[in-house]
Amino acid sequence: MSNIGSYEERIKNFDWNIAEKELDYKPGNILNIGWYCSDRICQMGKADKPGLIWEGSTGITKKYTYNDIRLATNTIGQFLRDLGVRPEDRVCLFMDKIPELYLGFLGVLKIGAIVQPLFSAFGDESLFIRLDNAETTAIITQRKHAPKIRKILDKMPYLKHIIIVDADPLKPLGEREVAFDLEAAPKVDQFEIHPTTAESPSVLHYTSGTTGQPKGVKHVHYSLISQYLTSKWVLDLRDSDVYWCTADPGWVTGTSYGIIGSFSNGVTQCVLDAGFSAENWYRFIEKYKITMWYSAPTAIRSLMKAGEEVVKKFDLSSLRHLASVGEPLNSEAVIWSERVFGKPFLDTYWQTETGSIMISNYPGMKIKPGSMGKPFPGITATVIHPETYEPFNETGKIGLIALKPGWPSMMRMYWRNEETYKKKFQNGWYLPGDRSSIDNEGYFWFVGRDDDVINTGGHLVSPFEVESALLEHPAVAESAVVAKPDFVNMEVVKAFVTLKPGFVASKDLDLDIMNFVRKKLSPLAMPQEIEFIDTLPKTRSGKIMRRILHAKEWGEEIGDTSTLEND
Amino acid sequence: MDEMKEVIKNYVIREYVEDDTDVTYDTPLISGGIVDSFSMVSLKRFLENKYQIAIPDDKATPEAFDSVNKICLLVNEYIK
Repeated sequence: MSNIGSYEERIKNFDWNIAEKELDYKPGNILNIGWYCSDRICQMGKADKPGLIWEGSTGITKKYTYNDIRLATNTIGQFLRDLGVRPEDRVCLFMDKIPELYLGFLGVLKIGAIVQPLFSAFGDESLFIRLDNAETTAIITQRKHAPKIRKILDKMPYLKHIIIVDADPLKPLGEREVAFDLEAAPKVDQFEIHPTTAESPSVLHYTSGTTGQPKGVKHVHYSLISQYLTSKWVLDLRDSDVYWCTADPGWVTGTSYGIIGSFSNGVTQCVLDAGFSAENWYRFIEKYKITMWYSAPTAIRSLMKAGEEVVKKFDLSSLRHLASVGEPLNSEAVIWSERVFGKPFLDTYWQTETGSIMISNYPGMKIKPGSMGKPFPGITATVIHPETYEPFNETGKIGLIALKPGWPSMMRMYWRNEETYKKKFQNGWYLPGDRSSIDNEGYFWFVGRDDDVINTGGHLVSPFEVESALLEHPAVAESAVVAKPDFVNMEVVKAFVTLKPGFVASKDLDLDIMNFVRKKLSPLAMPQEIEFIDTLPKTRSGKIMRRILHAKEWGEEIGDTSTLEND
Repeated sequence: MDEMKEVIKNYVIREYVEDDTDVTYDTPLISGGIVDSFSMVSLKRFLENKYQIAIPDDKATPEAFDSVNKICLLVNEYIK
């Protein structure tokens, strides 16, 4: 029997106070995610239970019991407090998937500061935009990533501390840098956790939109209620589970379900900090006897591409439940996983702003391969008309996904961007920006984004950001960026570029532009293909018609071209 | 072959390594997190430009790109 039991019964009798009661939380009480994910589990008698098992790319492993997690997060919190970091200051985590990332996340929350996780592959420009928007006080990082921070340091007077977790004792530290060695630091057993409450800010994740700069999505400590319960009912986490969430905590899945959901449920979590390789992933599952595996369609399709022979080399019989997130999970991947692993990957749908799973397939429920599933109990979801914002009366109509606001992990604001925040709500609904339909049994079917944002490997990339970066390359006169279909990543970035006089299209220039964007923004944002063209399609008022280029890539009808400049 | 190894190693260091991490001919590039799966596309493009070859997408796997030595073996398969 799964944790959720009967979906229909849960829908009928749902109240978020189910989670509050299980967590012994009463409205108005102190609520600190850092405490719930470490101290509370120890108080429940699981201090000696393994909480985090980490393996690095060279095979080195580190194991932390829940008491180790409690002590390490206290120690990090104390270090930050001694530096002068105050409640609600923004503390960025800019690290690979090393233990300090997971433990630092909880340590920052324990002192009431706001944790700002950023993907460690971000280039200096992407990093600067996000740190500048948040006016980040401190950043915790590794020696290997420090050069990117040094490059932009002069532009960030508010950034007081750069904390290096693996500093080389033989080399001098740079300006504002301080070394912190978690293993060598004296363990802090008694620690006064900051008395945050439900609406105290907790996490600031950045997400990209079609236009403008990335938005800082602010969450609060009360998000725990959603993240705890969805981990229990959708991921079906149980005390005996060995759980592996493959997401990087630089993105929301890696924190909501790679830290908060798993630790608050007191399960044993494994982390593999290594690049993708099918063989290595299967070896990892076999070695640690992973029971619950939460991954992404891109990874699943990469495994499919690697073939089935490699699967046979490993004993994967420990797996009992699989789930997926990040982009729509195609029916082929669901059917393939059922054949190869003996169980299907269950698709889950949500986004940075929602903080937790909104629509999902549940253990025990009938699965329709390719469907997003049904709304989580307590979530009112529907599909509305894109112009009237009224729900459709009939099934099968394609419209905008709409969610009734009010669940615990809903974002509270876009950081310093009230105007964009307000635009996300229409007619009393929150609009995630995706289109779908609902069938006659209440299952949602994903259709696509409602904007130009590119979903590559489950990560959103703003065409605006990539176009802006391209324009900084000395050879580029104009650019337009669209999604291009891709088997593994669903979509990849494609750029159309016109050149300045004196520059000639060549393979070397193509590579130079690719690397330029990769270093400035991130590998995700790097165009996987660049097409040099003489002119970009524009309206008569000079606006680039991205949709024409998009249609060309997807083999779709170009549609109305009456406003096209050269028509 | 040795010259090719040196050219590829230096390119990897210049383009993908931010700090003073040592890269040898056997250093795991993909599984070691030095080159991620998205950046593999630019590395593949470099090899194709430099050696005037076309590497089929299904041969450009994380395993085949996982070290300078392995990349050299792959490139040599396509040099005429």
